Amino acid sequence: MAQQNKVSNFINKYAIFIVLIVMIIALSFLSPAFLTVQNLINVLITESGRGILALGVAFAIISRGIDLSVGSIVSLTSVIAASLVQEPSYSARIFPNLPLLPPIVAVLAGLAAGALVGLTNGALIAYTAIPPFIATLGSMIIARGFALILTNAYPVPMLRPEFKIIGQGSLGPIPYVVIVFVIVAIIAYIILNYTKFGKHVYAIGGNVNAARTSGIKVEKNLLGIYMVSGICASIAGILITARAASGIATLGNNYELDAIAAATIGGTSHTGGIGTVPGIIAGILILGILNNGLLLLGISPYLQQVIKGIIIVGAVVFDMRKNARQK
Amino acid sequence: MEEYILEMKDIVRTFPGVRALNGVDFRAKRGVVHALMGENGAGKSTLMKCLVGINPPDSGEIWLKGKKVQIQNPNEALKLGIAMIYQELNPVAERSVMENIWLGREPMLSKLPLFVDHKEMYKKTKELLENLEINIEPKVKVKELSVAKMQMIEIAKAISYNADIVIMDEPTSSLTPNEVEHLFSMIQKLKDRGVAVIYITHKMEEIFNIADEVTVLRDGNHILTKPISEMTIDSLITAMVGRYLTDMFPKMQSQIGDVKLSVRHLEVPGLLHDISFDVRKGEILGVAGLVGAGRTELMETLFGLRRKSSGEIFIDGEKVEIRSPSDAINTGIGFLTEDRRLNGIIPVLSVQMNIILANIKNYSKLKIFLDLKTMQNDCEKYKERLKIRTPSLEALIQNLSGGNQQKVLVARWLLTNPDILILDEPTRGIDVGAKAEIHTIITKLACEGKSIIMVSSEMPEILGMSDRILVMSHGQITAILDRKDANQEIIMRYAAAKTNAAIVA
Repeated sequence: MAQQNKVSNFINKYAIFIVLIVMIIALSFLSPAFLTVQNLINVLITESGRGILALGVAFAIISRGIDLSVGSIVSLTSVIAASLVQEPSYSARIFPNLPLLPPIVAVLAGLAAGALVGLTNGALIAYTAIPPFIATLGSMIIARGFALILTNAYPVPMLRPEFKIIGQGSLGPIPYVVIVFVIVAIIAYIILNYTKFGKHVYAIGGNVNAARTSGIKVEKNLLGIYMVSGICASIAGILITARAASGIATLGNNYELDAIAAATIGGTSHTGGIGTVPGIIAGILILGILNNGLLLLGISPYLQQVIKGIIIVGAVVFDMRKNARQK
Repeated sequence: MEEYILEMKDIVRTFPGVRALNGVDFRAKRGVVHALMGENGAGKSTLMKCLVGINPPDSGEIWLKGKKVQIQNPNEALKLGIAMIYQELNPVAERSVMENIWLGREPMLSKLPLFVDHKEMYKKTKELLENLEINIEPKVKVKELSVAKMQMIEIAKAISYNADIVIMDEPTSSLTPNEVEHLFSMIQKLKDRGVAVIYITHKMEEIFNIADEVTVLRDGNHILTKPISEMTIDSLITAMVGRYLTDMFPKMQSQIGDVKLSVRHLEVPGLLHDISFDVRKGEILGVAGLVGAGRTELMETLFGLRRKSSGEIFIDGEKVEIRSPSDAINTGIGFLTEDRRLNGIIPVLSVQMNIILANIKNYSKLKIFLDLKTMQNDCEKYKERLKIRTPSLEALIQNLSGGNQQKVLVARWLLTNPDILILDEPTRGIDVGAKAEIHTIITKLACEGKSIIMVSSEMPEILGMSDRILVMSHGQITAILDRKDANQEIIMRYAAAKTNAAIVA
C-alpha cells in the first residue's frame, strides 16, 4: 500500500517530465528525422522565444493573475527595436534621419517598452483592483495599436547585421537565442526560489490576504511581477525580430496564448501559488516537440491545433484531480 | 392533528475533532415561535443545518408531521416545507425580486414551455407580496433593496414554497429597530398562518418580545425547553453559560510590568467608537463580546489593516502611526488572524514557507538572495519548540490538522519576535489536545514578558487565560474587568449591553 502510494506520488510529481520523455522516445521510433542534433536544435530555436514569454507569464499566473499583453509586447518591441537599427542606405526607414546607433540602444529601447507596458499593467492591477484579465486585455489591444501606428502596418526590414546576429548567430553549434533562453530560465529559477521577491510571488498567489497580513507589500510586488512579464516579452521580441531580420507589427499575435498554454501544461496553477521553472520548460518543450513531431509525421497543421487544445485541457484536468486528491 | 409538527430525536453530529451535537432533542409546534438559544458554538446553527440537510446528522431521527424523514439537502427540505433564512443572505443581487423568488421553478409559457412566462411570474409575485403586506415592486433588482427588505423577500419565498416550518438564523443582526419591528409583525403573520417559526438568536430582549417557547443548547447538549413565560433573563443566561471548570487552563502567573500598548479614543466610523485601553508587559488581556461586537475590527485597526479616523496609539509611551501591517510588524506587533483559511495559511505552500512568511525580509543576504540555511534552522527550532507535527518542513500546510496549522501560524509570528501579540480566536476549530498546547504556549509567552491580546468567543478560555478582560458590545468597550472580578454571567451581561451612543452611521 505504502509502496503503491510512493509510486503514484512519484508519477504525480513528475508526470509532466514522464510525458516529455515518452513523447521523445515515441517520436524517435516514429520518425528517423526526429532524433537528430539539427532537428532538436531547430525545436529549441523555434521555442526559445515562446519559452521566455512563458517564463514571464508564469510570474503573473503564479501570483494568481494573467498577462494577455505579452504577445503585443513582442510586436511593439519588434517594431521599436527594428526601427532603430535599419540600414542607413535603406530609403524607407521609419526614422529617416536617424544616426547610426549601436544595436544595444535598440535592445534597451525594446526592453524599456516591455518594462513600461508591464509597469502599467501592474499599476492598473495593484491600484485600481481591476482583474488582471481585463487590465492586460486592454494593454494588449493598446500595445498592438501602437505597433501598427508606428509602422503603418508595413514591415520594418533591412536591419543591420550587428543586430541580426543576435537572432542568427551561434556559439559553436548552439545558437545565441537558445543561450539567452537558458540564461533567462536560470535567472527565473533563481528569482523564484532564492529571493524575497520570488517567495512573495508564491505567497500572493497562494493567499493574498495572508500575504498582506504578514506585512508583504502586495501592490509593490504586483508592479514587479508584471514588469518581469513585460521584460521577458521584450527579450523574446528582440530575439524573434533579429532572427526574422525584420520588425513586424503583428509578429507576436497569439503568442500570449502559446505562452499561457505552455505554462499551464507545465503545471502552473491558475488558482495561484503553484508553478516551477522546470515544469514550464517541460511544458514549452512538450508543445514544441509536438509541433515538430506532428510536422515530421506529415499530420495536417489543422489537426495539430485540435491535438494541442486537447493536451492543454487534459493537463489541467489532470492537475486539478491531483490537487483534489491531496485535500 | 399531531401535537408536534417537527420532532428531532437524539441528534448527533461530529466534525473532525469536535462533537458539535451530542444527542440533542428538539420539538416545534404549529403556530408557535420557538427560540433556539446558546452561546457562540453551542450548536444552534449546526442543529438547524442538520434539519435542512446542509450537514445531515451522523445519527438520530427527524420526524416531520408524524413521518420519519431523511433530508439530504436544502432542496429536499424545501419540498417538505422547511425553509431556512440564513444570517448571511445570498440573493442573486443583479436580478429582480420576482426572479429571485421563483428561481429554479420559473412559471413557463403554457404554449411554449421553453420560455419563462414573465407575466404570470409578475402576477404571482404581486399576489404573494400583497398577501403578506410587503410593499415591494416585483421588478426591482434585489441589489437595490435594504437588508431588511431582502429578508422580507426571503420570507415571502419561504411562504411561496408553502413552508410550514421557517427557520431564521440571527435575522436581526443587521437591522435597525424599525426594521426589527416590521420583521416581528411578519413573524406574527406567519404564526397566525400556523407556521412553526424557529428563531435562532442570542439577543435577550428579542426573545421575550417574540418567542413563545425557548430551547437552550450548550456545548452541543440540550439544556432545557420551556415556555418563555417561565424564564427570566437571569435564568436564561445561567442556562446558556452553565458551569465550567476554569482550572483546566494551564495559566501561570506572569510578572506584569509597565504599560506596553496604550490606545486612546480610537474611532472607526460605523465600526468602533471611543476605544481606550492599556496592555502591560507580561499581561494577557482577554477580549470578549458577541459576534459582530467589533473585536476583530479593533484588532485589524491596531494592526494597520483598517484606517482609524481618529485616536492615538502609544507603544512604550511613544506615539506610533501604524498604516499597514508592515508598519505594525516593524513596531513589534504580531497578529494571529481569526480565520485560518481566509487570512492565515497559504494552503498550497510548504510548512516552512508558511512559517517564514512574515519575516522573509530578514533572511536576505546581500540584499538579494535568501539565506535558506538559517531559514531552515529557525523553522526547525520552532517546529521543535511548538511541537508542530508535520512529516517535514517541506510538506504542504494544507495536509496538516487544524491545530498544527495554527501552531505554524503562531510560529510565523514568534519568528518576527513581537513584543505585542494579538491572537484572534487562537483555538477555534481545533481539537482539545492542541488547544491545551496552544494555551500553554500563550501563557509561556506572557511569562517571557510579551503583551498578549486574546480575542475569544469561548468564555472558559477568556476566564481561564486572561489577567484582565475587556468586553465589547456594538463597537464600544462596555467593561474592563479584573480576572478576580469576572465570571461568565457578568461578562455576558456586558457583552449583551446596549450602548447608548448610536455608532451605526
